[in-house]
Amino acid sequence: MTATSLTGRTAKQRGRWIGWAFVGPFMIVFALVLVAPVFYAIYLSLFREQLVGGNAFVGLDNYVRALGDAKFWESFLRVAVFLVVQVPIMLCIALFAALALDSARLHGSRFLRISVFLPYAVPAVVATLMWGFIYGERFGLVGNLNSLPGVDLPIPLSSEFVLAAIGNIVTWEFVGYNMLIFFAALRVIPTELYEAAELDGAGQYRVVWSIKLPAIRGALVIAAIFSVIGSFQLFNEPNILKTLAPNAITTFFTPNMYAYNLSFAGQQFNYSAAVAIIMGVATMIVAYIVQLGGSRKEAAR
Amino acid sequence: MSALRFAKTTSGLRPRRSILLTVIMGLLAIYALLPLFWLFVNSTKTQAALFSTFGLWFGGEFALFDNIVQTLTYDDGEFVRWLGNTLLYVVVGAGGATALATLAGYGLAKFDFPGRRAVFAVVLGAVAVPGTALAVPTFLMFSQLGLTNTPWAIILPSLISPFGLYLIWVYAVDSVPTELLEAARIDGAGEFRTFFTISSRLLAPGFVTVLLFAIVATWNNYFLPLIMLSDPAWYPLTVGLNQWNAQATGVGAQPIYNLVITGSLLTIIPIVVAFLFLQRYWQSGLSAGSVKQ
Amino acid sequence: MNSTPRRRILGAVAGLALAGLALAGCSAPSGGTGGGTGSADDLDAALEEGGELTYWSWTPSAEAQVAAFEEAYPNVDVELVNAGTNTEEYTKLQNAIKAGSGAPDVVQIEYYALPQFALSDSLVDLSQYGFGELEDQYSPGTWGSVTVGDAIYGLPQDSGPMALFYNKTVFDEFGLEVPTTWDEYVAAAEQLHTADPTKYITNDTGDAGFATSMIWQAGGKPFQVEGTEVTIDLADEGVQKWTGVWNQLVENDLVASVPGWTDEWFRALGDGTIATLVTGAWMPGVLQASVPEASGDWAVAPIPTYDGEPATAENGGGGQSVTSQSENPALAAAFLRWLNSDPASIEIFLESGGFPATTDDLSDPEFVGVESEYFGGQKINEVLTQASEEVVEGWQYLPFQTYANSIFGDTVGQAYADKRDLAEGLAEWQEQLVAYGNEQGFTVAE
Repeated sequence: MTATSLTGRTAKQRGRWIGWAFVGPFMIVFALVLVAPVFYAIYLSLFREQLVGGNAFVGLDNYVRALGDAKFWESFLRVAVFLVVQVPIMLCIALFAALALDSARLHGSRFLRISVFLPYAVPAVVATLMWGFIYGERFGLVGNLNSLPGVDLPIPLSSEFVLAAIGNIVTWEFVGYNMLIFFAALRVIPTELYEAAELDGAGQYRVVWSIKLPAIRGALVIAAIFSVIGSFQLFNEPNILKTLAPNAITTFFTPNMYAYNLSFAGQQFNYSAAVAIIMGVATMIVAYIVQLGGSRKEAAR
Repeated sequence: MSALRFAKTTSGLRPRRSILLTVIMGLLAIYALLPLFWLFVNSTKTQAALFSTFGLWFGGEFALFDNIVQTLTYDDGEFVRWLGNTLLYVVVGAGGATALATLAGYGLAKFDFPGRRAVFAVVLGAVAVPGTALAVPTFLMFSQLGLTNTPWAIILPSLISPFGLYLIWVYAVDSVPTELLEAARIDGAGEFRTFFTISSRLLAPGFVTVLLFAIVATWNNYFLPLIMLSDPAWYPLTVGLNQWNAQATGVGAQPIYNLVITGSLLTIIPIVVAFLFLQRYWQSGLSAGSVKQ
Repeated sequence: MNSTPRRRILGAVAGLALAGLALAGCSAPSGGTGGGTGSADDLDAALEEGGELTYWSWTPSAEAQVAAFEEAYPNVDVELVNAGTNTEEYTKLQNAIKAGSGAPDVVQIEYYALPQFALSDSLVDLSQYGFGELEDQYSPGTWGSVTVGDAIYGLPQDSGPMALFYNKTVFDEFGLEVPTTWDEYVAAAEQLHTADPTKYITNDTGDAGFATSMIWQAGGKPFQVEGTEVTIDLADEGVQKWTGVWNQLVENDLVASVPGWTDEWFRALGDGTIATLVTGAWMPGVLQASVPEASGDWAVAPIPTYDGEPATAENGGGGQSVTSQSENPALAAAFLRWLNSDPASIEIFLESGGFPATTDDLSDPEFVGVESEYFGGQKINEVLTQASEEVVEGWQYLPFQTYANSIFGDTVGQAYADKRDLAEGLAEWQEQLVAYGNEQGFTVAE
């Protein structure tokens, strides 16, 4: 007893710095490709460079301006709506599918599992190009279906529906991925828990509600956080669809598109950096709230 | 251990198969597969047939092989070049990312060292900053270092996989028993020796899982190469395909939609195959990774 | 956990980051010093001496032109790079300029984008190499597009005087007359769409290049630039003439809402859904290459006018420039001179279906008289070369036109989408452009 605790302590002391030998390489690259650009973005955001007249230190002006910028808020609101609608839908479908797979009541569950997961392997570029073709109101699949008698689908690329159209692409891409995360978590629930429920005479829904869901809470929270981050960073899909829907998707459709267009079309690198920093902070806050919500539920139990 | 559990059906004491549930899941599978079916169907069409036939069924002459040949040879075979680039980025980028994440995740799980919690906080915080918007500062920095328009501009950022770090961390906590490490220490083995001879084997399923997700991330990487590269000779497939698609614009427009579609099909095949073959590994890796949060 | 080491680590990380930052910050983007100094003789010497050049272009004929050049001047090695089509290339060029390195020696830039790069001193003034002597070789409109005051920032490659391309088969089927005025055009639009609701006179979802050219044709001069003094008036007489006509089409749903250059658009051009296109003289090349199924359907007529007085505008087209980052500007200029003035090069360009900017070719009877098989044997160049002489003079683009065009969809495009008065959208466009111009240090008047 004394011996083990002693070796434990020396090991701990030896390991006091050795941990950095393992973490170090990651952190060096991390500092170079992620931390340094963040600091550089902060630095940039304090200046204003003009096409005519050069560069000047402006303090927090860019931040003040961004917070009063109607375009920024419109884009922010749009991804917030996207987040509130698309993320729950996607996660619910994924959860349902995972529970269905886990229930072992499916025919051909292996095939179903891999089919639903496959879209995750499709690059966002390819997925968007593909759905773009499908969405075509004249010659695309939507057009084909509309030409059938009695079918009148909404036009996916119109201003009213384009957000839903993008939501559909994102859902398509990630529903299988989230399903697998949940499914994997369900698989490792200790069998004893089910046996106990069995003895209690709990029905299927009770088992789902009071055993399965609480048991995979961690996976749910992680999936939710990554989905939140993904929604706030929405870029590839709307940016590529913009060719097909030039008016419905504006240059400030999402905060990320706004930041991108500010720098690359408008040469407003400094202002763009400020927008990026604000979005980063906002994302962290929302992700934190999601995590907090997840832990509170646990505390309540 | 988890693999064993995996083989069991948990609530499968009385598995009565449900038609209704199967039908609902079937619909979901159709939703997932339909666009891929569309992609396959349309990669069998000529440019002309693409414009004139029903999207969800074969039409015109069966031009799949012709399209594939055209895709591979168009503009001196630039598609093949892009495929090679993508492979390079995947091997070095995803391989490196997995190695770094494994080392670091293991380090976080098994050593208590000063700044441990800070490391994780910083990593998670940085994930939240929109990568797209950091593109400009990153681009400017890299161009000062002379890295833009070289493979390094793609590879270096790919080396960081925060999700991979997280997964290995969680995985290592459970799958590498601390007692085992203690025993190795008593035997006088160095930490790295222990890692490479003992721990790495135990970490294998987690490693494969992270590797696969890193492969997908690098294979699908689009935005960064778009910014960093101006020479198509270094493009990965995603950027190249988008350039082909954009080629239909303006004076001198040359739409090659059939090649865009066939190219898309060819782009996703390797990654799908990789996933199918390595299914067993990554699924058990995922299971273990989600034990706790 | 002990907080001191943690802070130290964070400090170390931040230090690393700052090091990277200092690296990035130390060499501010060089606006360029205007390249080298030289004379016409230097060019021949440079060609003799040889060297290496990088050339960015998305022109289909570029590869063949480079090959021909390298054969003629074996000492010179030109690396051709397709860095993307129009705006994608400009983004990359702008990035390279901002970064201070990575720009090619010679770069393709369309006319509308040229002032922006010229203004930022990113391009070499070619007048030092005696390029002023080449002026007579080009149509006045295109020459005006590559010069700012006395400075010459590029050589024109092609031109796009606008004409009316119409689907003759559709016109015959519905008994439409070829419109010569915009009023007749609107009438034809109504007649066609009433007879067959699936057919439209044209497509337009709001395209900055098209709108500015139409305003140009109507005699509008919404953008006036004098150094850094800019005047923007998107409600002048010419603009009003255009919106007066175009509003009738947009508000009454007479134009197809198919965005240009998409697969739907190419299909609609092939199957008669879109009956006319008002666009630049380079369009035949695109139709032949990309809409082969409509061979024999299309014909060309002069662009409709407001008052019967012939007038047209340039749409699209551009040239090549030498960047300030070029380490061998004399050689780059020599290549550029060959590229856009040597008959051997221009011949390759014409063969690929391009429409020239050079007066010799525009008046060459062989070029003018060629019968186009695709256009049912019509001598289309008679119409198109005539158009190049009727371009309204005095048009200017903004020194930040690529940005302006990028936000066209946000403003005017919204008016298109809602099918309401385009003047409202143009007013909003103006508002944002004025704000942007002032912010960027220009003095903008309205």
